[in-house]
Amino acid sequence: MKEILALVRKEFIQFSRDPRLVFIILAAPIIQLVLLGYAAVLDVRNLPMAVCDLDRTRESRAYVEAMVNSGYFRISSHVGEMDLIDRLIDDGTAAMAVIIPRGFGDDVLGYRQASVEVIVDGSESQTATIGINAASAVSTRFSGQILRRILSERGGPGFEPVMIDPEIRVWYNPALKSRNFFVPGVLALVLMMMTMLVTAMAVVREKETGTMEQLMVSPIRPYQLLAGKIVPSTAVGLADAVLVLASARWLLWVPLKGSVPLLFLMILAFILTTLGLGLFISTISQNQQQAMFTSVFFILPMILLGGFVFPIANMPRFFQWLTYGIPIRYFFTIVRGIFLKGVGWAELQDETAALLVIGVVVFGLSLLRFRKKLG
Amino acid sequence: MSWLRVRAMIRKEILQISRDPRSLAFLIFLPAFMLVLYGFVLNFDVKHLSLGVLDQDRSPESRALIERFAVTEYFDLVAAMDSPDEVNRLIDREKIKVGLVIPAAFSEKIADGRNSPVQVIIDGTDASSASTAMGYVAAILADHSLKINAAALARRGLRLTSLPVVSRTRVWFNPELRSARFLLPGLMAFILMTVLVTSTSFAVVREKERGTMEQILVSPLKPAEMITAKVIPYVFISLVSAHLILLAGYVLFGVGIRGSYPLLLLFVTVFLLDGLGQGVLISTVTRTQQVAFIMAVLSTLLPTFILSGFVFPIREMPRLIQAITYLVPARYFLTGLRGVILKGSGFPILWPQLAFLAVFGFVVTAVSILRMKKEGAGESGKRGPR
Repeated sequence: MKEILALVRKEFIQFSRDPRLVFIILAAPIIQLVLLGYAAVLDVRNLPMAVCDLDRTRESRAYVEAMVNSGYFRISSHVGEMDLIDRLIDDGTAAMAVIIPRGFGDDVLGYRQASVEVIVDGSESQTATIGINAASAVSTRFSGQILRRILSERGGPGFEPVMIDPEIRVWYNPALKSRNFFVPGVLALVLMMMTMLVTAMAVVREKETGTMEQLMVSPIRPYQLLAGKIVPSTAVGLADAVLVLASARWLLWVPLKGSVPLLFLMILAFILTTLGLGLFISTISQNQQQAMFTSVFFILPMILLGGFVFPIANMPRFFQWLTYGIPIRYFFTIVRGIFLKGVGWAELQDETAALLVIGVVVFGLSLLRFRKKLG
Repeated sequence: MSWLRVRAMIRKEILQISRDPRSLAFLIFLPAFMLVLYGFVLNFDVKHLSLGVLDQDRSPESRALIERFAVTEYFDLVAAMDSPDEVNRLIDREKIKVGLVIPAAFSEKIADGRNSPVQVIIDGTDASSASTAMGYVAAILADHSLKINAAALARRGLRLTSLPVVSRTRVWFNPELRSARFLLPGLMAFILMTVLVTSTSFAVVREKERGTMEQILVSPLKPAEMITAKVIPYVFISLVSAHLILLAGYVLFGVGIRGSYPLLLLFVTVFLLDGLGQGVLISTVTRTQQVAFIMAVLSTLLPTFILSGFVFPIREMPRLIQAITYLVPARYFLTGLRGVILKGSGFPILWPQLAFLAVFGFVVTAVSILRMKKEGAGESGKRGPR
């Protein structure tokens, strides 16, 4: 124990000699969380749309109005002919265009099928998909109104049209604000980065500066050395955990439905895995540059495959299985559950167990690697 | 600037790089590997949403409606539930995203020709898939209503076959909305930026930490020469890896270049210089590799992912954040790549992006050189009296 304490003291002295490091550790999570938390919105509210109304009737105007009222689109320009649309989409002034052909109004009034043409810039496929869905939802609703009219007019006396309307209730995030979904995710990412990066250098730095030999010839045992490395990183992790939680709550104003102590406990379980991964990277790297590359190699899949923006359910089966090995996957479920749904311990047992298992495994692996190297 | 000195320094850098084959392999192959992996795996489609059904009516009509949901690729029927509480529980446990409740009087009302509502409960946690799901639900129900009415009208000898208004959608540049086409430019910017900045962020600080900086400072090598020499080997390495990405994109995902290759090359080269320059800048302002490392990763990974417009559209961000995205070179690179690769746009449309990239590169390089000059002066000043 005495050895560990001495090592911990040594690490803290090293920290305090590097004020830039201390500043980064404390300020970076807040800056990142606020900046990225405000940026991570997928709500489509201002999709610039070019309107080419060749029909110019009451019906066509009603359709355009229905598009605007849907809340997804903003009319960026009205064009008189279709050829002009090319250029608008090419230079990005419009992300989509709606063309209402001549005869639209007549078709609607004459009970013939009327069609509108929607052109979407697919190079931004995320927004494009949302735009397409929104446009077809508008057409559906517009159709519904007309259908009602047609049916009651044409069905003759005694005919009552039947409409199956959805009574939609949205749970947990009734305003459908995507920020509420992404901020907990950003919180998880920032926490993961900070804790992993700080530990990834822990052991390898001693190797590169040549102080490793000194530690090895000292009576310190491998697990004591690792413990001495991990205690300060855990302290950093805890400080960062408090900072990101407070920033999410009071700088980003994300509603937090669940219990704060539970969330904090879960954060502990999560940083167990990230600290372990950082340590593992540190033990398998020869120098600091390698440690950095290896960290990036570990972090990228966490960002892309963990379910932050790309839904895991859409991935090929094989990769869905792979994601079970990615700790942040469970943590995303946990933070989103606690923030948005207010779920409790009962719902999160599986995820917690998975985090603990991964944590123990990576720590075990680092210790093994480390022992072997020393021997 | 003396070319002779730069050349000597470049030779030293190349020697150093080649002594660490693991890092070199990482630089060259990892980006293409990542692209292939993620290109296959990732997509944004909102399909196969898990659906739970509570059928309180248990009639042919209610089963027909459920069937209509189940046959689409948008919903996967995963649970048939017995009570409203179960809907509750399954959504809480993330077993289902959408719950469909068909009330007991459903078929009766249809038979009477009355409106017959159903309840739809949606997990709004993921707001964007939730609103897409709402759209799907509305479309399926509208279509189903139409079928029921059409059948009723047919009995009266009238015909009604389709919805009165349909929208025909054409998608330009990426007709099937294939994610790989869209992801290629984004991933390329994201991965390259990370690799670039991380590869040079150690360039100067490592010399400082290992104590070889003094040797360089007392040598006749000037800061500008040193930075040039540090960057040039990496420019070639990353040009190779950028082309591997393009090749992988073409061979595996069929993403060809619509626009002109020279313009693309210009974009790639300027962007490489930006990334490497940002790395050098980090290297000159830090004293230890650890701090350089943390700064390099923090300033690239999440910012290029979130602030470049790769996934989150910049136009939807708050104004202040939009202003900050102007400091993210990946933003211009991404617009440029999408323009050249997907849209086939040319110089007249894309020159502003190129100009921004060039300015960024110029500023980071200038600041790095200034920092090094100052530091060099400071070092020798400190050392003077001793």
